[in-house]
Amino acid sequence: MKKDILKHKLVPDHTILSETEAKKVVKDLKVHPEQLPKIKVDDPVAKAIEAKPGDILQITRKSHTAGKFVTYRLVLE
Amino acid sequence: MKGILKKISQINFGLMSPENIRKMSVTKIVTPDTYDEDGYPIEAGLMDPRLGVIDPGLRCRSCGSKGGDCQGHFGHINLARPVIHVGFADTIHKVLRSTCKDCGHVLLTEAEMADYREKIGNQIKNEESITAIIKDVYTVARRDKCPHCAEEQEDVKIDKPVSIVEGNYKLTASEVRERLEAIPEDEYIFVGINHEVAKPEWMVLTVLPVPPVTVRPSITLETGERSEDDLTHKLVDILRINQRLKENMEAGAPQLIVEDLWELLQYHVTTYFDNEASGVPPARHRSGRPLKTLAQRLKGKEGRFRSNLSGKRVNFSARTVISPDPNISINEVGVPEMIATEVTVPVFVTEWNIEAMKKFIMNGPNVHPGANYVIRPDERKIRVYDETKETVIEKLEPGFVVERHLMDGDVVLFNRQPSLHRMSMMAHEVKVLPYKTFRLNLCVCPPYNADFDGDEMNMHVFQTEESRAEAKSLMRVQEHILSPRFGGPIIGGIHDHISGAYLLTREGSVFSEEDVFQMVKHARMALPNATGKDWTGKQVFSLLLPKDLNMVYKAEICRKCDECLKQECKNDAYVVIDNGQIITGAMDEKAYGAFSGKILDSIVKEYGTDKAREFLDSSTKLAISGIMKRGFTTSTADEEIPREAKDRIEQLLANAEAKVEQLIEAYHNEELEALPGRSLRETLEMKIMQVLGEARDKSGEIAESYFGMENHAVIMALTGARGSMLNLTQIAACVGQQSVRGGRIERGYSQRTLPHFQVGELGAKASGFVHSSYKKGLDPLEFFFHAMGGREGLVDTAIRTAQSGYMQRRLVNALQDLNVQPDGTVRDNRGVIVQTEYGEDGIDPAKSDYGKVADIDRMIDEMRIKSKIGK
Repeated sequence: MKKDILKHKLVPDHTILSETEAKKVVKDLKVHPEQLPKIKVDDPVAKAIEAKPGDILQITRKSHTAGKFVTYRLVLE
Repeated sequence: MKGILKKISQINFGLMSPENIRKMSVTKIVTPDTYDEDGYPIEAGLMDPRLGVIDPGLRCRSCGSKGGDCQGHFGHINLARPVIHVGFADTIHKVLRSTCKDCGHVLLTEAEMADYREKIGNQIKNEESITAIIKDVYTVARRDKCPHCAEEQEDVKIDKPVSIVEGNYKLTASEVRERLEAIPEDEYIFVGINHEVAKPEWMVLTVLPVPPVTVRPSITLETGERSEDDLTHKLVDILRINQRLKENMEAGAPQLIVEDLWELLQYHVTTYFDNEASGVPPARHRSGRPLKTLAQRLKGKEGRFRSNLSGKRVNFSARTVISPDPNISINEVGVPEMIATEVTVPVFVTEWNIEAMKKFIMNGPNVHPGANYVIRPDERKIRVYDETKETVIEKLEPGFVVERHLMDGDVVLFNRQPSLHRMSMMAHEVKVLPYKTFRLNLCVCPPYNADFDGDEMNMHVFQTEESRAEAKSLMRVQEHILSPRFGGPIIGGIHDHISGAYLLTREGSVFSEEDVFQMVKHARMALPNATGKDWTGKQVFSLLLPKDLNMVYKAEICRKCDECLKQECKNDAYVVIDNGQIITGAMDEKAYGAFSGKILDSIVKEYGTDKAREFLDSSTKLAISGIMKRGFTTSTADEEIPREAKDRIEQLLANAEAKVEQLIEAYHNEELEALPGRSLRETLEMKIMQVLGEARDKSGEIAESYFGMENHAVIMALTGARGSMLNLTQIAACVGQQSVRGGRIERGYSQRTLPHFQVGELGAKASGFVHSSYKKGLDPLEFFFHAMGGREGLVDTAIRTAQSGYMQRRLVNALQDLNVQPDGTVRDNRGVIVQTEYGEDGIDPAKSDYGKVADIDRMIDEMRIKSKIGK
């Protein structure tokens, strides 16, 4: 029996950004995509949402300090 | 990519070939003698002038530069027989074990070779470590038979440090070298050697590099005698034996003698590299002291890395014992005059300050506001002497720099190790004082974690205007009252400041106007208008509060009653401050103590650090003068309780013990019911611990009920000045259960703690329950159990500091160059984002309300009180 890891309470919400969204994020943060935190394509979550290398994932997670927190990760091979 | 200047693509580590050693050598060293009768260095000796010069003035014979500029040149010694390098003995052993004694091939089959070649190739391509694979090869290639030439292999062992033994025969270094030479170059990779930079046979030395004289300078003693460096001594030994070996070999001496000398040469070369190698007696100096050779120079705490590279010494710094001075500001540090005349501040001479500078020089280097050096515009440094000061003054003109003594008001950096957080290094203003210790205000003890039992601290003097300005705005003590750790004050009143403030402000404390004015003057506050009436302590303390301060909080003395009576609190623990006037409540640790002072916290956040510093300076002084008006002392008399209380406690403990006996009996009769997830024995232990714990607490409560607020020890415990109620009840009533490893004491003899007890005895007394109080005294058995528990505590603290220190070091090293950007993101030095918002909420904890943006509950409370009083 395989569980859907995306539904696990410890797995925060990951979404693949569209190209325009990704561009906006990179522009707003004033970074080169390489300077974002990374995630590997073979990471279980990345596999589950079928992310490709070069994609930028938006991760929304619960935070002790801020309640909700949004961060980004660049998908790497 | 922004921020990345250069990327190191690779670093190669290799071995030095004999050719390389000869190529970089400027001369061959032959004679073990260093100087001739006239004191001149002998050519081809260890002090050959071509190896570089140390004396300034002389020119180097190899490169032509002057002493000091010439970094020295290597020479070489041709060894008469090869010698194994100690540092590689282990590697040599492993390599020989994995290769054929006859054909030299690595003991792998063709298939294995192809397999490993691919694996290693992949790892190298991916820039990953190959050590795991090499380790694997070393185990697989331990074969009894060579897969290539079918030669039977013998077991190769290493006899520390450098002897390689095959079967029962000890291989000579030459034989070892021959075997290493036989390994085919394309198989080097299987034993972890990169054929581009190293060959295995280079691990056996045939030629020894001789380091330049700059590496091993000789020192001339006062007597004119020359004393050579340890390395030179060792090289002399090597040369001497090398020469004898060569002569014997040429003369065709018996094999035995040659082998003995060869062994001796091996010993000298080994100790030349590492004089602490296991298995060899260390080479000693004539005086019996072991020589400090190459490895010893680098290794350990006093080695080049930890002592000279990671921990450089600096100029313009001072260190001495610290002592308290309640009369200086928290921003100040008292500097002994002796130090102030030694460390200096450079001042650029202009036409506006030239007269002042001349006065400093006139005072000379020994009279306090004087000067030690003058630096001319051509950067020549001239020392000021009492004899020369007049001529120096004559030449002084704008553009010079005068290094004047440290003076009142100069900003210096003050530090106490271990520097665990940023408050361990703060900027203070100098106050030059007599005597020989650094003086500091008591309020800055908590951030430095300092006390005065012999602690020493360091002081550094800023040498540039920029550093001074930066330190003044970022590092001054007053800027660090609030800790970034928990958003509250870390600098604040301690000990007597707190008892003093309590005694001053508690209910019923009234002072005559004369006393009030005395205290106010002592605290160096502005004199209030005379009222002609007696003052309450609350009114006196209110003089220090800002006129528009409004606060409500529960003081440290709060007993946490079931229902809070608020302003009617009979302990005077509900503090209400209305427009800078204390209406109810006494001042204690929660008012302005370090770590929890609410009023102090409010003043920093609402009125700024300058006001907070003034408040802290005056309020501590006021508290001290308050405590001095009354007198304050403590002794064991404070923990005295009446006979009747002692009887009650005894009764209580007897009951508890009876209860424990009952539990034990129930356990033996198997009537005890196990708690879920526990064995019967564990359940018994838990229940006994619970009963005894309760008994201790109850006995404490009995003792407490006889303590009043007139008791000085109790005042200190309840206001948070020093000690706790637990400390007092342990002294007065009952010390309680001693524990080792989190449970009752079980160790010692088999099934009992001491021979005074029955085998298997489980009672309270037998497992370390201490009925006595510290004041009454412990009986011998109790004392022993107490020592057991005490020792564990000591060991735990020792281990904890070591572990947490290492943990902190790793954490700091990992985080050291992260910083918060103007846009709120946290990035490292390459611009790589670590957090898109600092702490995920973007809050600076030092400016927050105990970690939160704002404490809404408190604000509502304050507003409610304000409106109520308004009505």
